[in-house]
Amino acid sequence: MAGKRKKSVIPGFGLTMGITTGYLGLIVLFPLACLFFQTLDVSLDTVQKTVFSGRALAAFGLSFGASFAAACVNTVFGFLVAWVLVRYTFPGRFLVDAMVDLPFALPTAVAGISLTFLYAQNGWLGKFLYGLGIPSVYSRIGVFIALIFIGLPFVVRTVQPVLVNFDTQVEEAAASLGASRFKAFTRVIMPEVLPSAITGFALAFARALGEYGSVVFISGNMPHRTEIVPLLIMTRLEEYDYLGAQILAVVMLVLSFCFLFLINFLQYWGQRHHRMQECVA
Amino acid sequence: MSGISQTPGNSRSVNESLPVRMLLIFTALLFLVLFLILPLVAVFYNAFHEGLPVYKQAITDPATIHAVILTFLAVFCAVPLNCAFGVAAAWAISKFRFRGKNALITLIDLPLTVSPVVSGTIFILIFGAHGLLGPWLSAHNIKIIFAIPGIVLVTIFVTLPFVARELLPVMTAQGNFDEEAALTLGASGWKTFLRITLPNIRWGLFYGVVLSVARAMGEFGAVSVVSGHIRGKTITMPLHVEILYNEYNFAAAFAVASLLTFVSIMTLGLKKYAEVKTARQNKELEDFMTEKRML
Repeated sequence: MAGKRKKSVIPGFGLTMGITTGYLGLIVLFPLACLFFQTLDVSLDTVQKTVFSGRALAAFGLSFGASFAAACVNTVFGFLVAWVLVRYTFPGRFLVDAMVDLPFALPTAVAGISLTFLYAQNGWLGKFLYGLGIPSVYSRIGVFIALIFIGLPFVVRTVQPVLVNFDTQVEEAAASLGASRFKAFTRVIMPEVLPSAITGFALAFARALGEYGSVVFISGNMPHRTEIVPLLIMTRLEEYDYLGAQILAVVMLVLSFCFLFLINFLQYWGQRHHRMQECVA
Repeated sequence: MSGISQTPGNSRSVNESLPVRMLLIFTALLFLVLFLILPLVAVFYNAFHEGLPVYKQAITDPATIHAVILTFLAVFCAVPLNCAFGVAAAWAISKFRFRGKNALITLIDLPLTVSPVVSGTIFILIFGAHGLLGPWLSAHNIKIIFAIPGIVLVTIFVTLPFVARELLPVMTAQGNFDEEAALTLGASGWKTFLRITLPNIRWGLFYGVVLSVARAMGEFGAVSVVSGHIRGKTITMPLHVEILYNEYNFAAAFAVASLLTFVSIMTLGLKKYAEVKTARQNKELEDFMTEKRML
């Protein structure tokens, strides 16, 4: 590795690289390797029984479904929030911009109990939703609500810088060539923003898939109905079914890997897209 | 809006009409109020709903104080280690060219994408009684899982990427010029780092540390798995919130939650502060460069 690099006057490659790989190896790689190594002994039959049991399938279905729905909502509204923050001025914009990161900073347990209070039958928002016949806590809708909160900042934060750097001259050109505002939006702005919006979607989806803290309080944790995969892993651990927990953890881990590569690819694609546009300009 | 005659630069050609603008702002703000502001307000409303004495009693309760101490212990163990790692990793990745750089960055990002519950489970499967190292550990009477070392360990795992992730873009953007100049003028490597690099990256580093602290204090899922919920022993603040809530002691649960919420609001404030500072630093640099060019 070190031999490949160009001769540089900057010192400390050996030291910093040693610390980096050593620390990562100890904290991240070693535990992961242990987990996979242990799972090699497990028979395929056991894996099948654990992953394709009715309860686990229901949990995977809910985790994927609710995460997907929440990420969709977050993509639409995240784009809207980013647009409003970049393009318009209004009182309190600075404050709103700072507030968007709250779900990153607020402990998930705090978010969980607060959302449960708000959306409960006699809560501030639940009152109206229950009035409309929408059970907003201890239901799948509750899971969906918690995951919207958790994934909210991602699309805003990926789309925002792209909109800031967007050259409005292109829009002006479109307008002066007779394009309507709507057409300029769909034909000129959307293609530019799309890669970052998709990246934000993937980030929000991946985060929602693994979320635990905010969901346990609002979901009611009913097996087959409102149980998400991380909660099922937790239940298995509490039942001392370590093998079951291990298999489910490995499945979730493999999914995380897939998402990580997908997100890296999307970011690479977005950057290349951007560079190509710059070259054309 | 089809302004063929409009000159380029006319703001009307790239702006929506006032009613549309108002509608978009209103919708965005409504969404944020429902999903961000109200949860925040609800925490403080519930914390102080039953009066100040109840609040005071909840946060001065011995169990709460113990949870606060344990939480800070985990923070003080995890954050300095991850801070040192983050600086080293950012230095290695941004200052040198080598193969496998992207793989290394992906590996650093990994703890962010892994579900907290899965992170905790991994450590149980290694250090737990039935785990890989379990028999050896119990033979030597070392307790990691369902004890404080386990909590510290998962906190380190979960907060590992933050400092590195904040520093990487900053250091990559700044390049090697300043350091190379210092080194060719005869400064030692350490001196270059302390006098040149550190001042350049200080706001990124600052925000990375702030984020790590916030996340370390608030981590719930991973800590919940390895803590074992032993009262008076392995309860951190978020776990304490959960226990109080499940005991229907809502006022106390929200009182402790309000402390954590206060920390996260501080985090957001400090983030903005660091952003403003970085922007000013960059602008000063730019001004300095243009001045030099004009001379």
